Amino acid sequence: MIPGVSITEILTLTSILFFIGIYGFITRKNLISILISVELILNASVVNFVIINKYLFPDVLQGVVYSIFIIAVAAAETALAVAIIINLYRQVSSVEVKETEVMKY
Amino acid sequence: MDLNNFFLMRHELTLLVIILILLIAEIFISEAKKSRVVSLALLLFGIHTVSGFFPLAESNLFGGMFRSNELIHFFKNVLNLGVLILLLQSADWVKEKMTSNDRGTEFFILLFASLFGMYFMISAGDFLMFYIGLELSTLPIAALAAFEVMKRSSSEAGIKLILSAALASGVSLFGISMLYATAGSIYFDEIILNITADNLTLLGFLLFFAGLAFKISLVPFHFWTADVYEGAPISIASYLSVISKGAAVFILMILLFSILKPLMEVWEKLIYVLALATMFTGNLFALRQQNMKRFLAFSSIAQAGFILLGLITGTQLGTATVVYFVTIYIFSNLAAFGVVQAISLQTGRENMKDYEGLYRTNPNLSLVMMLALFSLAGIPPVAGFFGKFFLFTAAASEGYYLLVFLAVVNVTISLYYYLLVIRAMFIRKGEDPIPFFRNKVYMRIGLLITVIGILALGLYSPLYDYIFQLSGILK
Repeated sequence: MIPGVSITEILTLTSILFFIGIYGFITRKNLISILISVELILNASVVNFVIINKYLFPDVLQGVVYSIFIIAVAAAETALAVAIIINLYRQVSSVEVKETEVMKY
Repeated sequence: MDLNNFFLMRHELTLLVIILILLIAEIFISEAKKSRVVSLALLLFGIHTVSGFFPLAESNLFGGMFRSNELIHFFKNVLNLGVLILLLQSADWVKEKMTSNDRGTEFFILLFASLFGMYFMISAGDFLMFYIGLELSTLPIAALAAFEVMKRSSSEAGIKLILSAALASGVSLFGISMLYATAGSIYFDEIILNITADNLTLLGFLLFFAGLAFKISLVPFHFWTADVYEGAPISIASYLSVISKGAAVFILMILLFSILKPLMEVWEKLIYVLALATMFTGNLFALRQQNMKRFLAFSSIAQAGFILLGLITGTQLGTATVVYFVTIYIFSNLAAFGVVQAISLQTGRENMKDYEGLYRTNPNLSLVMMLALFSLAGIPPVAGFFGKFFLFTAAASEGYYLLVFLAVVNVTISLYYYLLVIRAMFIRKGEDPIPFFRNKVYMRIGLLITVIGILALGLYSPLYDYIFQLSGILK
């Protein structure tokens, strides 16, 4: 428990974080920024898991363990995404969405 | 837990051993003999597939994180068979295009790693195992989609897949955290006891559903599908459309029919709407496609819509028809993708126009393609008809007559564009038809198995009875 901070406040914070991530994912034009937005979403759920565990079910550490796994998987995901972005950059010398896209409906 | 229990994870263990053997082979096989890796991987995976058919006891491992029963076991075998066919079809491509750049082994290792993740995803007994399995099955496929490093569209497919997959899993995780908040556990067995249809649970379910709907490419989440299929290597496109989609449908079905059953009133309506949207969008967009890979991408979106007809029921009949349909769908779609791959490998041509006059130059290939498309469309003598027919029966038995009617309308639309390809192959005389070529032996075996599957599965009724009897486990 954090004294003086209720679970509602933290959950509000994570929800805001989540929607900033969604907004960023949709509006950003740069691949790296899109990746950062995805990280925001993942981190919002990490905080969610930890907080729910700590405030609501403090006896079993399921949420905390879950959050560690999310962090590890998110790191792998980012590494792979950056590798592909670098590969794309070698071919088109840009990481802007507009210039990388050749396939459309 | 003693050692005997450990062998209940036989599928996973043998696949892990195969991955390790391939890693060692990559180190020790000399540069000049690298193409032998293809035969080695095929041989090992063939043994793995055969050994999978031996019976397996029903059990829970790791305190309920990993569970296995006959239905899951059966579905793993179906996935194995699908991957084996896919490997046979793509062996020549790997041999000719990839081993020369010293990248052949990676292809197999990544593909098997993804299948490994799928095993864990469909055997998951809690949300943690489910999440890890989901990610392990998606990430290697994103790497494989970007596998042709010199091709710009391949990299674009990779980045589109990884970014949308990451978004979907993030949204899904946020939903899981809400389910965890209301149910107090991430174990499926404990969630069943505590789940009620309150608002937070519903929100959590919706977000969670979005993540899986992305993998199945249901309609509001389908935007990645066509681009990734077009850009990625054909074997990866067919893997995504068949194996990955099949596994995601299966785990979604297990979750909906067991732990999310108390929310059935909500997900019934949700699936009703999504099924209609998916079928209509998939079919109408497929009408205007000229590239065969994009065409098959939209056709596979439409097929996902049909699968939802079985999911909406929530009964044993629904389970059986979905598993049966996915089994048949694996054979039919792999046959179609196999022909596209064979032609693309020999001539590099992928447009529908290039297929004009194919029957005169390559009658066997066009016959395989015709069977595959008939099966996808659901024309009576072939297996696809029975798959669709059973799905519609399941939906009708729960009283969704309007939905079934609209699905039949969609079958008619789909028949039109499948016949467009057949017309191009059989009736049109192309100005520049694809010249005659002979396929290599692996490709021929791969296509032969799919043809046998398409022709035999529909008529071999004990299979459906067997699946129906297995489906009783879920109740």
